[in-house]
Parts: sequence; C-alpha cells; structure tokens
Amino acid sequence: MNGPHLDFEKPIYELEKRISDLKELAGREGEDPLDNLELSREIKSLEEKLDKLAQDIYSKLSRWQRVQLARHPRRPCALDFIFLMTTEFVELHGDRYFADDKAIVGGFAKMDGKPVLVVGQQKGKDTKQKLFRNFGMPHPEGYRKALRLMQLASRFGKPVVVLVDTPGAFPGIGAEERGQAEAIARNLREMTRLRVPIIINIIGEGASGGALGIGVGDKVFMLENAWYSVISPEGCAAILWRDAAKAPEAAEALKLSAPDLMRLKIIDKIIPEPGGGAHRDPQKQAEILKGEILSAVNELEELSPEELIQKRIGKFRVMGEYLEREME
Amino acid sequence: MEWFRKAKEGLIPQRKKEIPDGIWVKCDSCGEIIYRKELEKDLWVCSKCDHHFRIKSREYINLVLDHGELEEYDANLESSDPLGFKDSKRYPDRIKGSQKKTDLKDAVVAGIGKVDGLEISFGVMDFGFIGGSMGSVVGEKVARTIERSSERRIPLVIVSCSGGARMQEGILSLMQMAKTSALLARLYDQNIPYISVLTNPTTAGVMASYASLGDVIIAEPKALLGFAGPRVIQQTIKQDLPPGFQSSEFFLEHGFLDIICHRKDLKKNISLLLEYLS
Ligand SMILES: [Zn+2]
Repeated sequence: MNGPHLDFEKPIYELEKRISDLKELAGREGEDPLDNLELSREIKSLEEKLDKLAQDIYSKLSRWQRVQLARHPRRPCALDFIFLMTTEFVELHGDRYFADDKAIVGGFAKMDGKPVLVVGQQKGKDTKQKLFRNFGMPHPEGYRKALRLMQLASRFGKPVVVLVDTPGAFPGIGAEERGQAEAIARNLREMTRLRVPIIINIIGEGASGGALGIGVGDKVFMLENAWYSVISPEGCAAILWRDAAKAPEAAEALKLSAPDLMRLKIIDKIIPEPGGGAHRDPQKQAEILKGEILSAVNELEELSPEELIQKRIGKFRVMGEYLEREME
Repeated sequence: MEWFRKAKEGLIPQRKKEIPDGIWVKCDSCGEIIYRKELEKDLWVCSKCDHHFRIKSREYINLVLDHGELEEYDANLESSDPLGFKDSKRYPDRIKGSQKKTDLKDAVVAGIGKVDGLEISFGVMDFGFIGGSMGSVVGEKVARTIERSSERRIPLVIVSCSGGARMQEGILSLMQMAKTSALLARLYDQNIPYISVLTNPTTAGVMASYASLGDVIIAEPKALLGFAGPRVIQQTIKQDLPPGFQSSEFFLEHGFLDIICHRKDLKKNISLLLEYLS
C-alpha cells in the first residue's frame, strides 16, 4: 500500500514494502525455480511477521493514536461510504433559505435495494476538495439542509442513515450571523420528532455540537477508531492546558474512543474496522457497516412512528451520570 | 505526571471577579463609581449606561418569581466524576471549590414558582459555578424542569447563563444537549409555552440546545450570545470581528431573538407573554 501514513504505522508499511519487493522479484520471468522457492518461503515468513506486528500495534492503540487514525488522510469519507454501501444515489442540494453547504452531502439511495435517505458530513481528501468542503465543517445552512432532507424522508417513510465525520461546526462570522446555535438546536429537537428510523454512524471525527447537530437517532454506531466528544482534543488542551500541543493528554482525559463511549452507554455498538483501520480496506469496512445498518433498520421498522419517537426520547433521556443524595 | 502539573499551575487563568464587595462599585462598562446600595436598588444595572452587571441565580429568583419564592427541586443532585478527569485540578476538587465559593451544588437551580399568580416550572443558571457549564447535573436538572412542565401542564421559563458544555464530563456533557432538546420536542407537541431568557453570556452547548428553543426568546441588553466563542472565531478566520458581534443586539438584528429587555421589565414581559400563550 502506498500513500501517506502515520508514524506508528511505519513499521507495517516498511514490512509491506519488503514483501511486495520480494513478490515482484519472484514474479519475474526466467528466474531459477529453486531461487523462487527460497523467495516464497521468505515471503511467507515475512507475511506471518506482518500479521503479528499489525495485531501488536493495533491491539493497543492509545486514544490519541485512534484520533490520528480517525483523521487518516486515506480514511474513507462519507461519500466513499455512500458509493460503497449504496446504489443509485441521487444527491439533493440546498437548505431553501440561503445556500447549498458543501460540507454536508445528502440524498436518496438504495442499500441492497432498500431505499434510504443518507446524509453526512464530507471532509474531502486533497487540498482542493478540503477547501471545497470547508474541511467538513458545516455552516447553519448545512444543518438546515440536513434537516430538510430528513424531514422529506420522514414524510415519505424512508429510513435515515447519518454519517458523522466533522472536526466541528464552522466558527465564523457568517455562521454566527445565520444562527449556528439555532440551527443545531433545532435539529436536536426536530430529529427527535422524525417518524422514521434514524441510524447514526460516527465514521471518523465526532466533534462537539457540530457532530451532534445531525446525531440524534434510534441507534448510534461508531467505528472502532472513530472519536466522539464534547470538544476536540486540541480545543480542550487549548482551554484547560492553555496549550494545543497537549492534545494527546486531552484525548486521554476526554475518554473519546469507541470503547469509552460503549462503557459510558452513549453508543449502541462498536463497528469493527478491518485490520489496521478502515483506510486499509474501505470496501470491507463499508460491507461491515452496511450489514449493521440494514439489520438495525429492519429491527426498527417493526415499531410505529409513535413508539420510535418515545423510545428515542427515552434513549437520550437516561444519558449522564450524577449522584442523587438523600435529602437530610 | 506530578512535575508536569506543577509547571502548569501558574498558567491557569484567574476567574473574573464576580460582583465586588465594598461600599462603592465601579461600572465595568462606563467606569462610573456607583454607591452599592443604589446599584442593588437598580437591580445591578448601571444608572449611567444601563450596563447589566452579572447577577446570581438567587437574584433572578427574586426578580422573576412572586415574593422571590421557589419551591426548589432536585437540590440533592451532585456531580460524580464519570471520566476521572484531571487537568490542572482533579474534577471533584474543582466541583468542591465551586460549591464552597457559590454555596450551590451545581450551575442550575430549579423548581416551581409563580409569576403574577401563575404557576410555572422555572430554572436559572449560575455563571459563578464553573462558568455555568452544563454537565450531567445541569442537564438532568433542566430535563426534570422540562418534565415538570410537561406533566403538570404549566409554562416553562429557563434563564440561561453559560459558557457551554462542561469539558470535564466529555461526551456525557454533549449528550445533555440532546437530552434536554428531546424533552423539549415533547413539550412543543403539547403546546405548552416555553420562554427562554438569555443573559451574559449564553454560548456554545447551552445556546445550541434548550436556550435557542424557546417559543419566545428574551435577552438582557449587550449579553454575549452565540455558538462559538469570539476568540475561537478570531483564531479561525484570522481577522478582526465587527463591533457588536455576538451581542444581544446582533442576535436581534439577525432574527434570532424576540425581545431585548431591561432587567426591570423582565418579569412584566414574561407575565404578559404567558398570558398571551395560554
Ligand atoms: Zn455604566
């Protein structure tokens, strides 16, 4: 595999390079068959070593390493998942008030033939794409576009699949002028009132109100190496440590990983990533996620809209931990 | 990491002083020196420039509710430390320190009271308690305040004052936004009125949830209101912010506020609106 990689992935990539070099050597025509036998034995042993190494590295990732994986330059984005999980995607645009926010994509598509509404934050991969998508940081019109599409799905009885991947709602002058807070708050209330199943999937970064703004649903799934918290590690470090470089410490303190959120009863399921992370096998990752989404939709479609809404309110109602002392 | 903690101790920002003690008080806005007794009589509003000093939750209870009477609920809720959070201080120590300083258990006080004889479910936040930040306790108390409205079919009034969600409870704080908003969805469908009062400051997680969802939204003059903090915005866009940006007046101008009202008119406005929304 080529392309950019993270520091802690380096030994894996080096080993992979050696294996592919040897394979190339072995594949050359006219080589002595005896040499080839020797080579394939070498390759096999290196491959075993690679498996062990990968398992070793990825089984004990720190929270900060997971954050880095969630931001991996080759990690599949919302649109990758849409193209890998669905067919006949019809993208829809605009909030009908102000603009079409490119940081949020959405539209109808078929998932194993089943019509759904998909909406998600799209970060973009290369510099040009990132700028076009505003790094996946929505403005109010993005949240309003998402709500418009979800309400459309609700009226026509189509389940909603949400792909959350954002470093946060955009903090800017226009965003404040057009009511970023109002747009997010309204979504929290109105998503509660949607009459169709909503499956939330945290696929990469889930930063704060910017993520939650499309994050209210009946099931909340989270990819193994995604993160989700009240603030980014950098933001938290800048405020509490007065130094954004303390982000790794903040990541630990915030308990923002999928296993943390499972323990805190915030998410319903951790979606396993293929060995080494979603970016190493996006196809397989999409396959796994699609299976989970479809089975959740099937389960939820048994419920009436009223039951769905009651359960949804109840689900978020119990979140939080506090002490309730006997009154003296 | 003891060595590390010590090194950082000096970098922790000093909390801005709340209302100063003493006979004379200097107005933060115009610099006028005002006799404290006078200021109290004027509900902590500068007679010269109308600057609204930040006041405590107790004072809003006096201001809004008949005879300053609140039948308090859920006063026994206290923060646990679900994440085992520690920055320069352990979170439980931060809580204890704030409890001692404010004589409050957390950043919201809630219960049942009356406005001109009409029973309402009332909640008021207190900035003095870790910047009015919303963790599980604030979220739970606000949730129960909304539920009391729903169950008794009485109007809801919440006075907000908060820098946002409480970082020390991580994702749990974030989810309080969804929790309170989900309960407001039910209240909305019940057609029970909710008046949201915004005071200086109301931003981030609180502004992006229940504070923005009032059927009517009232703010005190010149409060800081918004989603992102001005410093974050400035660092992101690397340009100066326009004058008056994110003030109550800016909010009104852009259509996100119904009324800016002087503290002395707050109760009158709430009372009249509740009459219209009955
Ligand atoms: Zn003054």
